[in-house]
Amino acid sequence: MYVAVKGGERAIDNAHAWLAEERRGDTAVAELSVAQIREQLSLAVSRVMAEGSLFDPDLAALAIKQARGDLIEAIFLIRAYRTTLPRIGNSRPIETESMACDRRISATFKDVPGGQVLGPTFDYTHRLLDFVLAADGEVPEAASVSADTGGVPHVTSFLNRDGLIQTEDPDDAPPPDLTRTPLEFPANRALRLQALARGDEGFVLSMAYSTQRGYGRNHPFVAELRVGRVAVEMDIPELGFAVEIGEITVTECETVNQFTGSKTEPPQFTRGYGLTFGHTERKAISMALVDRAMRWKELGEDNVGAPAQDEEFVLSHADNIQATGFLEHIKLPHYVDFQSELELVRKLRAEAAAANAPEAAE
Amino acid sequence: MGLVAKAPAEALARHWAALGVSPEFTWLRPPEVGGAMVRGRMGGTGAAFNIGEMTITRCALKLTKGGAIGHAHVQGRDKAKAEQAALVDALMQTDLADTVRTAVLVPLADELAVASAARAAKAAATKVDFFTMVRGED
Repeated sequence: MYVAVKGGERAIDNAHAWLAEERRGDTAVAELSVAQIREQLSLAVSRVMAEGSLFDPDLAALAIKQARGDLIEAIFLIRAYRTTLPRIGNSRPIETESMACDRRISATFKDVPGGQVLGPTFDYTHRLLDFVLAADGEVPEAASVSADTGGVPHVTSFLNRDGLIQTEDPDDAPPPDLTRTPLEFPANRALRLQALARGDEGFVLSMAYSTQRGYGRNHPFVAELRVGRVAVEMDIPELGFAVEIGEITVTECETVNQFTGSKTEPPQFTRGYGLTFGHTERKAISMALVDRAMRWKELGEDNVGAPAQDEEFVLSHADNIQATGFLEHIKLPHYVDFQSELELVRKLRAEAAAANAPEAAE
Repeated sequence: MGLVAKAPAEALARHWAALGVSPEFTWLRPPEVGGAMVRGRMGGTGAAFNIGEMTITRCALKLTKGGAIGHAHVQGRDKAKAEQAALVDALMQTDLADTVRTAVLVPLADELAVASAARAAKAAATKVDFFTMVRGED
C-alpha cells in the first residue's frame, strides 16, 4: 500500500525564513556585499567558477553568499543557473601561450625565458596566522618594476625542440561535450579533461596524491604552472569572422613525466595537462597528474589496477554535484521505503522464531 | 569589438555617457544572456577540449538614421553594456566614427592598458633573480 504524505509546507516556509536570518547572522555586524566576496574571497570565487563550470565572478560571489559559504552548495547554484542559459556558441581554443601572466613558474628549468614569476602566492609564507588582518590592517602597496614586453613561451616547447617529449599537435575539431551528451566509457581524452576541469578539487587532489604515493606512479615534474588572463574568441556567424568576446582568468599546469618507453612508444618525456577557470592551482596540478595517469592505454603502459588509472571510477565520482545529490537525497523522507524494510525484517524474525520454536519445546 | 566586449560594464557606460549621443535604433535582436563554451588545447598546443562556459550577452540593432547595423557579443550579463557595445559598433560605420573613437574607444583602451600594465609591473617585481654562491672548490 502506498500512502502519499503531504504536509510540512508551513514548517518548510519557516525553515527557509530562518535560513535567511541565519545567513545574515548578527545584524550588529555589517552585511557582506557580493562585491566584497568577489574581491576578497577571490579564490573561493575561482573554485566555484571552475567546478560550477561557468566563468562569471559576480554570479559565483552571489552563489557563495546565498550558500552561506558552503562552496559545494554554491557550485550547485551555479550549475543550476548554467542550465538555464541558451548556448550561444563555442569559443575558439584559448591560446595560453599569449596569457598575460600574473604568475608563471617552472620546477624543471631555473632559467626559463620569461623568468620565474612568483605572483601573488601562498608559497614561501610561514603559515602563521596574521593577527593584523583581524585588526583591520592597511596593506602596503605591492612593489612594481617595469615589465618585459616579450612573450612567455611554454616551457614544454623547449623540450619539444629536442624531440625529448611527446608533441601536442593542434586540432580544432569540435570536441565532445559532456553537458550535451551523457558521459560514456571509454571516454576520450577531451572528455576526461572536461570532466576533470569541473571535478571536485578534493577528489581530484586525492586521486593525484594517490599516484604520488605509488598507486600508478608516473613521476611528474611541474614543467610549468601559469595563472593569468587570456582572451576568448568566438566565431560569429552573422559577421563571418571571429571576435574577442571577453577575457578570463585561467590556471594552466603542464607536467612532464618520466617514461622509460613501452612496446609502442620510445623512451621520452610524456605529458599531463591541467587547465581550470580562475586562480585554482592546486586543482590544475591535480588535474594534470590524473590526466597523465589515465593516459596509460595510449602510451602502452601496464594497468597496475591503481584507482587513478580507472577512468570509469575517477570520472564517475569526480563530480561533486552528482555525488552530493545522490548522497544528500538519503536524508529526505524515505518513510514508505523504510516501512517496507521494517515489514520485511519483522516477517523474517517471525519466520525465524517459528522455525526455532519446536527446538525450544524439546 | 573585443575591447568593448571585455571592458567592465561600468567603464563602458561612463565613456558612453561622456559621448552624449543617444541615436534612435530598432532591435534586430534584443539583448539575450547566454553561455559560450570555452575551449582549451591539450598540452596548451594540441587538440581542443571544453573547459566550461562563460556568460555573454548578445544583441543586434539598426540605426534609424543611415541604417547602419551594430552587433555585440560582450562578456557578462549586462544588457545595457551589450546595447552600448552594439551602438558603438553601428556608429563606427557612420560619420561619427572619429568622435566615437576618441570619446569612447581610445580612453577605454587606455584605461584597460593602464590596469593591465599595473598588474604586469607587480608580476615583474616578483620575478626571481637567481644568484650563484661561489663555493670553495673550482
